[in-house]
Amino acid sequence: MTTASEAYSARRRASQPWNWSRAVAKILIYAALLTWAFICLFPIYWTISTSFKTAVNVTQGDIIPFIGRFQGDWKGWRSLGLSPDTIFQVSTVRDEFFLRFGNSVIASVGASLLAVIIGAPAAYGLARFNYKFGPWRNKDISFFFLSQLLLPPVVLAMPFLVLYKELALLDNLFGLILVYTLMVLPIVIWITRDQFETIPIELEQAALVDGCSIWGAFIRIVLPLALPGMVAAFILSVVLCWNEYFFAALLTSTNAKTVPVMVASQTGSQGISWWTMAALSTGAIAPLIVIGVFLERYIVKGLTAGAVK
Amino acid sequence: MIKAVAMSHSVAMSHASLISEGRKSAGRMLIIVTSILLAAIAIFQILDASGVITFGLTDWRPTLYAYVVWAVSVGISQVMMRGEAGHKALFLLPALLFTIALVIFPTVFGFYIAFSEWNLSSFDGQKFNGLDNLRTLYHDTYFWNALRNMTFYVASVMLQYALAFGLALLLNADIRARKFFRVAFLLPFMLSPVAVSWMIGKSLMEFRFGPLAGLARHLGWDNPAFFATPWIARFSILALDAWVWLPFMIILILAGLQAMPKDIQEAAKVDGAAGWTSFWHITFPLMLPVSVTTIVLRIIFQLKLADIVINTTSGGPGGATDTVSSFIFREYRDRSNVGYGTMAAEVYLIIIIIFITILLNLVGRFMRREAAQ
Repeated sequence: MTTASEAYSARRRASQPWNWSRAVAKILIYAALLTWAFICLFPIYWTISTSFKTAVNVTQGDIIPFIGRFQGDWKGWRSLGLSPDTIFQVSTVRDEFFLRFGNSVIASVGASLLAVIIGAPAAYGLARFNYKFGPWRNKDISFFFLSQLLLPPVVLAMPFLVLYKELALLDNLFGLILVYTLMVLPIVIWITRDQFETIPIELEQAALVDGCSIWGAFIRIVLPLALPGMVAAFILSVVLCWNEYFFAALLTSTNAKTVPVMVASQTGSQGISWWTMAALSTGAIAPLIVIGVFLERYIVKGLTAGAVK
Repeated sequence: MIKAVAMSHSVAMSHASLISEGRKSAGRMLIIVTSILLAAIAIFQILDASGVITFGLTDWRPTLYAYVVWAVSVGISQVMMRGEAGHKALFLLPALLFTIALVIFPTVFGFYIAFSEWNLSSFDGQKFNGLDNLRTLYHDTYFWNALRNMTFYVASVMLQYALAFGLALLLNADIRARKFFRVAFLLPFMLSPVAVSWMIGKSLMEFRFGPLAGLARHLGWDNPAFFATPWIARFSILALDAWVWLPFMIILILAGLQAMPKDIQEAAKVDGAAGWTSFWHITFPLMLPVSVTTIVLRIIFQLKLADIVINTTSGGPGGATDTVSSFIFREYRDRSNVGYGTMAAEVYLIIIIIFITILLNLVGRFMRREAAQ
């Protein structure tokens, strides 16, 4: 291995005349990249490592584990009932955390599914057919959907609070799913429409000639081809819903509270018991880090859809 | 809601002739019956709620269910009455009816709330008070202060854009381990702002034990309180916000850079244009459309900035970091001042719409001028 790569780099050196300014530029580029990567990753490392600290480690500002004082401790996880010695015992904090975690999963996955189920057909219709609703054409309808992005949550928050009170949907996961669906629907339509437009129309025309109905062609021919776009829309929606705080804080109280609301409610009260907060934050961001590392290309695909032509 | 029926009736009538009269009238009957049902239940509920009749309904779920039934029957009757055109309308109808129900109604209802005095914690209930809320808002220094802060936050987008462009150029350079750097650069965007508020705002930047405060002391700042004085607090919030949102801009700009034709970039190099000149004369002008999209999108999201401020400073010190959203949030949650908070939100919405319209107009004009040159 080493010899092969050494030989390779030797060949490269031989083929390229050694150039000081290029070497300096390379070093500077890597230095800048590493610095920014450190800025991005350190807070995450800090949070995870703090969840394994003792009080002394916190007050002394220990950073690197396994040297000196910082030997690692389950203190933070114990307070959540998730350390090895407490995992089989009864713990109200753990039950609470799992309840919130489950709520977050149901709300974000449910809303994202619903948004893709009603958003993808709408995006397909807007990409393929010519609608005419009174004075509205496709362009106006698309703009109507996209303009929802402009609405700041505060504008809808209060009417929703009153409306949900009347509909008995306050502190109800289904109510939260409806709000989140509304929140991500424009993004889902935006991303999936971009994807549908890349699919050649001839494929559907052939299916229609073979006797498929419009919906048949959509489900059997178009959907499988558009899967990457729909997965990207779904994953981005899940992330946005998982992180949503504003509506969750106003519309939920005891039953339907989600993880961000739990984290926020603990932020003020915990004082210096950082290990608890760190463990809680780690739990809140763990799914997102997994998504970020393994599904990064879908997130990127979702974010760049339609914006870059 | 009635408008939606009228609108969907006129979708392409060309295939109507293929459908039998019986099927058409059955479809028409369906929509008439369910419309009457919806109207009847809604009126019944209004009467019940206003006390004209006492049936004792505790919530408005019946009207909600009636709306769902009505929406489904609109879809079915479309297919019955208009065949293939109806099938096509069926693609769009669920999303349209969903959005209309959940946006139009709350927005209209919001304007109704905005003109009333309504405090959820008092027993008086809602009371119409005309323009009082608007007058109070006009004299509310906290609201104007929050708006001023918003201009600062929006202006900071340009700074973030410059930084993001630089980082995107670095990622686009001929480097190894690009996948690692891309993931690392993306991660902050994935994390929830609430968690970030604690991770960075409340622990890394904590006055006594936070490593960032320690570093600042080491560098000679005796009293590294990141959230104690107005301007430092504002820039600290800015740093948090940039940490979360830079990845979004980096990804968009990087996608633009990678979509650029390679031969153009190569030509710049062969011509001997030095890096800096080639950037200003070739890369930057070519990236203008992507840059504009990125900045406009980012400004739209920036106008909603709230979570980080609510959880890190609650708008303090003395309102220095307040955003309009966090100001209204406190009005709702701490003071239960529904009517006034809603008025502030509606005014903010109007300001946003005007601002974005002007912005898009200017951007459009600017892009046309650039294209003409």
